[in-house]
Amino acid sequence: MIHSSASEMATALAKGEVTSVALTQLHLDRIASVDKDVHAFLHIDTEGALAQASAVDAKRAKGEKLSPLAGVPLALKDVLAQKGVPTTCGSKILEGWRPPYDSTVVANLKKNDIVILGKTNMDEFAMGSSTENSAYGPTHNPWDLSRIPGGSGGGSAASLAAFEAPLAIGTDTGGSIRQPAAVTGTVGVKPTYGGVSRYGLVAFSSSLDQAGPCARTVLDTALLHEAIAGHDPRDATSINAPVPQVVAAAKSGDVKGMKIGVVKELNGDGYQPGVRARFEESLELLAKAGAEIVEVSCPNFEYALAAYYLIAPSECSSNLARFDAMRYGLRVGDVDGASAEEVMNLTREVGFGREVKRRIILGTYALSSGYYDAYYGSAQKVRTLITQDFTSAFAKADVLVSPTCPTTAFKIGEKSNDPLAMYLNDIATIPVNMAGIGGMSLPSGLADEDGLPVGFQIMSPVMKDERMYSVGAALEAALLSKWGAPILSKAPALGGVA
Amino acid sequence: MSSLSRDEVANLARLARIEMSDEELVSLASEFTVILEAVARVQEVAGADVAPTSHPLPLRNVFRPDVTTPSLTPEEALSGAPASEEQRFRVPQILGEEA
Repeated sequence: MIHSSASEMATALAKGEVTSVALTQLHLDRIASVDKDVHAFLHIDTEGALAQASAVDAKRAKGEKLSPLAGVPLALKDVLAQKGVPTTCGSKILEGWRPPYDSTVVANLKKNDIVILGKTNMDEFAMGSSTENSAYGPTHNPWDLSRIPGGSGGGSAASLAAFEAPLAIGTDTGGSIRQPAAVTGTVGVKPTYGGVSRYGLVAFSSSLDQAGPCARTVLDTALLHEAIAGHDPRDATSINAPVPQVVAAAKSGDVKGMKIGVVKELNGDGYQPGVRARFEESLELLAKAGAEIVEVSCPNFEYALAAYYLIAPSECSSNLARFDAMRYGLRVGDVDGASAEEVMNLTREVGFGREVKRRIILGTYALSSGYYDAYYGSAQKVRTLITQDFTSAFAKADVLVSPTCPTTAFKIGEKSNDPLAMYLNDIATIPVNMAGIGGMSLPSGLADEDGLPVGFQIMSPVMKDERMYSVGAALEAALLSKWGAPILSKAPALGGVA
Repeated sequence: MSSLSRDEVANLARLARIEMSDEELVSLASEFTVILEAVARVQEVAGADVAPTSHPLPLRNVFRPDVTTPSLTPEEALSGAPASEEQRFRVPQILGEEA
């Protein structure tokens, strides 16, 4: 049962073939047997999950009308506030903090009776591409435990690939949903900016952060998307418009007559041969399914990474000022006579990890008087140019595509001492965040040279998220008939019962 | 311009309220030389004729009705506080002698 899709689980629940309590327990057992090796979870809420599951079962027994995913378990990235449940953001500075309120994403999950199993590991405050920056130790990629599961949402993606949960929530600031999906052979979507409320999402870079759905199939991802999306008066940047019809798009998977634009700049030198081969193969399958493949050029994308590493640190240096040891979280050095400033300085030294400090200092520099125009100001102009590139490209194509990342999963420790090499992982995912459009990654197969999963990225215009689901569903169906079985059936069995 | 000295990093750390060891300041200074060189590329295309974008949505002054809604109790609001007293956050001394 744990190897089924979320939709199959939902059908079994609806038919009374299994209860939510039993299904939740199966996943808790799976976590107990494999998470010592994978370390996808920072906190497992056994009691809360079973209570939620038993409440859904009771509603179902009474014949209440339930939402499509009611009773299906989910793994929640530890950057979203859940009332009474530890929320650390992978940081020591929030160790032991239990939020007194639910984020809107969590409130929506509860409203849809989706069972929250626990909180997943992540790079500290979502800053990273490998989950190695977690203060609580790295997560391991279920395909090869010596490799990274991507980041920052490595825990959420690994929990799906390890069959610890059929659904997960991630957040994506520069690729933190899509890159982990790519390297673990799972599906992840960054919705249009403003499509899902950020209320209760601990802010890293407010103009780029977006929560989104993760799963093992395109349809499951769409179902979760519709469960969490929608306007929220508590988030001033939430879009007040109907949620795109992503479930209908995922069900039809029709790409006949659609124009698919290949972004010339996001494929070529620096992309691993196996990544490129799988990308070309996916394009052929989409063409066979009736789509027209065209080439588009986005010349300013080559500046996206540089602009991102000014904008995101600038916003983070401001956002993370709230961790001041006064109202919640860690407090260090509060001895008689110590000033508030001394306590702040010591708390932030001990509470923040290396990468977080690096970005706060970089952001403080980029925003400082005398350098503001040269750095932050120029980066904002690049953001305009990238958005213009997308506008011209979408005039020629309905969606744009590229490999999700340049390489397959690398070894844990391989890039941790080279921040620039680490940042390059996000070269193909960052432009999407800069323009606030939608992006999906789904598996396109395994690279010949290392047998590891490769991701295919689909980008759609603002609030046209349904387009990436149509294309994703079409490609998924074509690949499935070629492979004969889902990609994760090729992953090695983990310790315990497979 | 695209490099930072140990003392400049120390000043930034002070502004950002992060205590740092000498060793950390020195290693961050050397990393910043590499990082700043990479990010300085934004200046190549950021001409005077390009308008800046600070946010992906063209939103301005978003309002909601001014209605009282349930909020946290004092106990809930203080539940994560490192120290509290009489329904208030207890904080270290703010005004020092040097002020």
